[in-house]
Amino acid sequence: MATLTYRDALNQALREEMQRDPNVFLMGEEVGVYQGAYKVSRGLLEEFGPKRVVDTPIAELGFAGIGVGAAMGGLRPVIEFMTWNFAVLALDQIVNSAAKMLYMSGGQINMPIVFRGPNGAALQLSSQHSQAWESWLAHIPGLKVVAPATPADAKGLLKSAIRDNNPVIVLEGEMLYNLKGDVPDGEHIVPIGRADIKRPGTDVTLVCHSKTLAVAQKAADQLAEQNVSAEVLDLRSIRPLDEAAILESVRKTNRAVVVEEGWPHAGIGAQIVDLIQRDAFDDLDAPVQRVTQADVPMPYNKLLERSAKASPEKVVAAARKVLYLDA
Amino acid sequence: MTATARSAKATVPSSVSQASPALHLKMLRQMLLIRRFEEKAAEAYALGKIGGFCHLYIGQEAVGVGALAALRDDDYVICSYREHGQALIKGITSNAVMAELFGKATGCSKGKGGSMHLFDAKRGFMGGHGIVGGHIPLAAGLAFSSKYKGSDQVCVCFFGEAAVNIGAFHETLNMASVWKLPVIFLCENNRYGMGTAFERVAAVTDIVEHACSYDMAAELVDGMNVLTVYEATRRAVERARKQSHPTLLEVRTYRYMGHSMSDPLHGVYRTKDEVEEQKARDPITHLAGRLKEDGAIDQAALDALDAEIQAEVEAAVKYADESPDPDPAELFTDVLVD
Repeated sequence: MATLTYRDALNQALREEMQRDPNVFLMGEEVGVYQGAYKVSRGLLEEFGPKRVVDTPIAELGFAGIGVGAAMGGLRPVIEFMTWNFAVLALDQIVNSAAKMLYMSGGQINMPIVFRGPNGAALQLSSQHSQAWESWLAHIPGLKVVAPATPADAKGLLKSAIRDNNPVIVLEGEMLYNLKGDVPDGEHIVPIGRADIKRPGTDVTLVCHSKTLAVAQKAADQLAEQNVSAEVLDLRSIRPLDEAAILESVRKTNRAVVVEEGWPHAGIGAQIVDLIQRDAFDDLDAPVQRVTQADVPMPYNKLLERSAKASPEKVVAAARKVLYLDA
Repeated sequence: MTATARSAKATVPSSVSQASPALHLKMLRQMLLIRRFEEKAAEAYALGKIGGFCHLYIGQEAVGVGALAALRDDDYVICSYREHGQALIKGITSNAVMAELFGKATGCSKGKGGSMHLFDAKRGFMGGHGIVGGHIPLAAGLAFSSKYKGSDQVCVCFFGEAAVNIGAFHETLNMASVWKLPVIFLCENNRYGMGTAFERVAAVTDIVEHACSYDMAAELVDGMNVLTVYEATRRAVERARKQSHPTLLEVRTYRYMGHSMSDPLHGVYRTKDEVEEQKARDPITHLAGRLKEDGAIDQAALDALDAEIQAEVEAAVKYADESPDPDPAELFTDVLVD
């Protein structure tokens, strides 16, 4: 077991998969000579050369589509977006080309492509650079969407994504790249579609993913001081969603709070609440609560930004509400 | 900048045709097949046998036929939604194309794609794509894969002139030139994006000029002459295959029909006289006349050829009509692979 940063775990996954399969290549802005805007691709140009580590112009729509075409031609592209905020320019290719190719070709054309990059807010980057896109992407049939929260999951999920014969969206986090954690040695694969209980508990389920894992864990610490045992369930995959794991946890705790970085309207939490009310209605002791980003564009001011984001305090308040502790 | 790009605006280079008499006859047959197929598709559409959008190629046959004659079987072709003709010439049978238009299980995309999404990956026909200009990057990606694998397959991308106003066109031409990809961007300039004349919405109306911005070879081509299209594409294919250089071809053509089956042939955006004037340049009549003059074919042989093609197309309609709908369980297959 080695201790690695999230960044280096992703780097290891890329390196190992590129060593394993010559058809895997990395393409995106600043991935080569500059060593990656966030240094995820550090050293890869030197090891694999410019044929397989391809620097692009700032043209998200174009290079995302070139990636899709390369996958049609039998390669396994990994397309890096400097952030998912910029990937919005490429949504036509992700949605209309990558996600639908297999279906509209009647099953003839596989689409083994990975689109990856940091998602959601960092610090004081203001409205256009702080958006969480998972509910947009997870809406689309034909895509898989993963959002690892730890170095081990980052490595294992990216390796799964690269080996998958379907288009996989990998949502990373700028604020996660320096996070350190234990990563198993050797071949470490995390299957897509499996949630993970990061902290077992009995009184309330905190459903989270990506950066909100840390939020939920801090909330669970605070709740423990209040004699509340919170179970922290990390989704890891947004699509497919591990519905069984969510239901199993809620059937045990009878209460749930869903925490996400995105906005509330039509968010991921809405999908999870739908699942719980439909399939675990009789197990619930309280309506499910959601903690999201405030329903506003992200402000620049530090204090305003902090109050817009999901926080441990908001999660604790929501948990106390489903436990009727303040009634 | 290459010399070719500098002379992008030059008129059609004159050259002796490399096409053999046998190729002439083959191209005549292919153009007639597309014409008769599309006429039948129009009938079937009117009868409600074909649904949704159906964009016909009548008038533009010389472009698809001339260009594909310059390709090898293993080269890639990728198209917009006006792709019935190219699909037929790339080797998808009339039966499989017509069945797809009818939405049947025997269609080339199992009835899931329809008129705008014909596919035959084994034959290198990489689809009809429905978002204007959205498939242009895919063409460069296919060419990227050829170069990456060290194969000498090239990719020809058909798109209409309206796609030139789309960002994907410019982003892709730039990268294809920077990375020297073996791709031919073949713009079928039929003058109208649906009902909007190109000159009303484009600052630069000679599309070949865009090649200068991307240091790319280019040619302006008469799209009503199948031999001219063949020769220009042959040069571009050679450039792609041997030097791995992209080319932009602006092929001037004309669509006789409306934008799709639900649109008028003429009216507010073009006159009936204009359409009739263009029909006088018909590519099939032109080639047939030339072959008759050369003594390569006589009227009796031409009539026999036409009758044979009409029979093939009628058989395709019968086949499509009698084919089963997709199994209801097909609704949920092909979303993801295991």
